[in-house]
Amino acid sequence: MSVTINVNGKPMEVEPGLTVESLLTLLNVKREYTAVAVNREITPKATYAAVMLSEGDKVEIVRPMGGG
Amino acid sequence: MYDTNLVLGGKEFTSRLIVGTGKYSSMDVMRDAHEASGTEIITVAVRRVGLPSGDSILDYIDTKRYTLLPNTAGCYTADEAIRTCYLAREAGLGEMVKLEVIGDQRTLFPDVMGLLEATRTLAREGFTVMPYTNDDPIMAKKLQDAGAACVMPLGAPIGSGLGIRNPYNIKIILESVTVPVIVDAGVGTASDAAIAMELGCDGVLMNTAIAGAKDAVSMAKAMKLAVEAGRLAYKSGRIGKKLYATASSPLEGLPDWTS
Repeated sequence: MSVTINVNGKPMEVEPGLTVESLLTLLNVKREYTAVAVNREITPKATYAAVMLSEGDKVEIVRPMGGG
Repeated sequence: MYDTNLVLGGKEFTSRLIVGTGKYSSMDVMRDAHEASGTEIITVAVRRVGLPSGDSILDYIDTKRYTLLPNTAGCYTADEAIRTCYLAREAGLGEMVKLEVIGDQRTLFPDVMGLLEATRTLAREGFTVMPYTNDDPIMAKKLQDAGAACVMPLGAPIGSGLGIRNPYNIKIILESVTVPVIVDAGVGTASDAAIAMELGCDGVLMNTAIAGAKDAVSMAKAMKLAVEAGRLAYKSGRIGKKLYATASSPLEGLPDWTS
């Protein structure tokens, strides 16, 4: 059994009940200067371990990049 | 000569040059250009993390030394821009934001209606809002009234290098608002930056003019000197323009060569 979520525009199969915290670990994303939004709502860092992802969730993980 | 500092969101800055992080040939060149520019504020975009994530641009920016200025480039609505600012704040990039609400992909001119709306919301939420706007004095005043910490009129389209196309409007903006006026976009070379500062602007923001130069590091230094020279000339009070000559040497005391 797995659920499909969307991470930064790409579909991804994950275990049900995966938290934002576990997703970031799975993807090896640094926490510093990173922010996460799930279904357009910003997920505060303090809640990463509590927010569970479900089928169809849209996750955006952002960080600073070059720009003017 | 005595000069005041640039004050934005209660923070004081000695340098009046704000630079970007886009389009550099390498991260090492970018870091050296930042150093040569003498800047204290550096703009960054907020984008999706690559997967795998790789190096971060912040490995090349000393965040203890520089103030980061996240932008909302690529946002076409107030809603997108507001969400991007919240993301930037949550990412730990601070509460000072370069607010862009773009109206059109070809010109990258601002959508001032969306800009005004986003400025009002973000200022109320405690952000230090630095809006990229048109060279329109009426809009500049409205942005100030909406809570903008400064106004950032364009000199010319983003990345165009056309310089300050309407210095008279910039001058009127300077007379219309009390918040700092920072020319954002359009600078191509050092004299453009100097002109902005000679007009009385409080600062200049640029990216492509430095990053796209053949030698970005020496252009960064040229821009530092131009901003300083322009500021100093403005503070010194230039002479008026006259159509005819005025002799620099005294007319009295000339020797008599007549025979």
